[in-house]
Amino acid sequence: MIDIIDTYWLYFLVGQYPDGPLGGLVLTILLGFSALVLALPFGVLLGLARVSERRWLRWPVTALVYIVRGTPLLMVIFWAYFFLPSVTGHKTEQFSTMLTALVFFNGMYIAEIVRAGIQGIARGQMECARSLGLSYVQAMRYVILPQAARNMLPSLVNQFVTTLKETSLGYIIGLAEVSFIANQINIQLLTRPVAVFSTLALVYFVLCFGLSRLAYYLEVRHSRTAAGTARS
Amino acid sequence: MNRPDSIRPGVPMIEFRHVDKYYGSYHALIGVTETIERGEVVVVCGPSGSGKSTLIRTVNRLESIDGGQIFLDGEDVYRPGIELDRFRSGIGFVFQQFNLFPHLNVIENCTLAPTHLRGMTPAQAKDAAMVLLERVGLADKANAYPAQLSGGQQQRVAIARALAMQPPLMLFDEPTSALDPEMVGEVLLVIRDLAHQGMTLVVVTHEMGFAREVADRILFMDRGAVLERARPDDFFNRPQHPRAQQFLADIRSPFAPS
Repeated sequence: MIDIIDTYWLYFLVGQYPDGPLGGLVLTILLGFSALVLALPFGVLLGLARVSERRWLRWPVTALVYIVRGTPLLMVIFWAYFFLPSVTGHKTEQFSTMLTALVFFNGMYIAEIVRAGIQGIARGQMECARSLGLSYVQAMRYVILPQAARNMLPSLVNQFVTTLKETSLGYIIGLAEVSFIANQINIQLLTRPVAVFSTLALVYFVLCFGLSRLAYYLEVRHSRTAAGTARS
Repeated sequence: MNRPDSIRPGVPMIEFRHVDKYYGSYHALIGVTETIERGEVVVVCGPSGSGKSTLIRTVNRLESIDGGQIFLDGEDVYRPGIELDRFRSGIGFVFQQFNLFPHLNVIENCTLAPTHLRGMTPAQAKDAAMVLLERVGLADKANAYPAQLSGGQQQRVAIARALAMQPPLMLFDEPTSALDPEMVGEVLLVIRDLAHQGMTLVVVTHEMGFAREVADRILFMDRGAVLERARPDDFFNRPQHPRAQQFLADIRSPFAPS
């Protein structure tokens, strides 16, 4: 196994870069991180639309969330890969296609997490904030969302881990992320699938486990600074 | 108990004109017409479901109305185009369930609205809030979080938070109903102090001892209508309406010495 790592570690890490496009683990991390960073605000906006009192905003977004949640991610990727270029007129390369699909798909799930988080806050909080004279937006920003965020954190982390793993579906459109690269290595070696794919599994595990632990650490530190508020 | 400013002529603080409110087909407020003067302390009482809470919640539009008009300081509350947030910031509202913001500590609860709506610097807002916390006897709890306080303390903070917006009018929606009995007194004393300082107060409460001592006037409501309006002495000793008589008989403890 050492010999495989010794030979292929750079390929595994960055793909053909710098002689070709960036790939491998670095691309996976880049894709996963970009998807998280973009899907979160997108999902928060959709979630706010889901609880909006304005029907013209709430109904279409609700319909969209239900439709996308009833669709496999693979199909969304196909749509982004084959359909999007025909609409926009120019061919998108695989990274941005995959990123679009991930942000779009995960935004819907995050929207539901945000909606549940907001609706889990007692109605009196919004009433009280408004009675002080805060606008709806101010009440959301300073009163509702900070409380909702704490309740949402475990579900959000779960979603983030899922997103990270979903980057592997980039394989299907030929994106040279780490699973794709691992398969290339396997094809070259032919006889060592267990070693190659065990290494791949271990890498995913470390990434996902690390992300959950980081979130857990943040959660603990947060509840410590706001001592006593977790009760009640 | 006549204060100089309670007999000042001019625009009344609140004026209800034929206010109707429905919950579905249920007629929650039936043509309520009532005037509350500046500096007046009014206690609204009556059996559960009589419309007391609904009535005061229509004043800052936590509940909408289906007919009639409400004027606050001469301004039509339901006028289209009213700046609702600015308007609401001029009315202190205290809830039965306190509704402190649990993620903020006591001082942050009291400074959130003033810093965002009154253009105060955080330091100014904090100084002002400390004065108010002093007034409700909780200056030493400024850095505590709501979950660390007793119910009575939380409600006193809620009162300080409402006062921080310097409203000319305070509305109390059963401020002691969610409290353990031993904490009712500390909250009522704070409200009494406000009354003595000449603030206009409307208090929905079942605390008849408080009503008797502090109120200038008592409104008795039942089934969506104000059936009796009287000075406390008259209300408790000479209630006119049969349902007011029944209510007073009902709330008297069966164990009280007759």
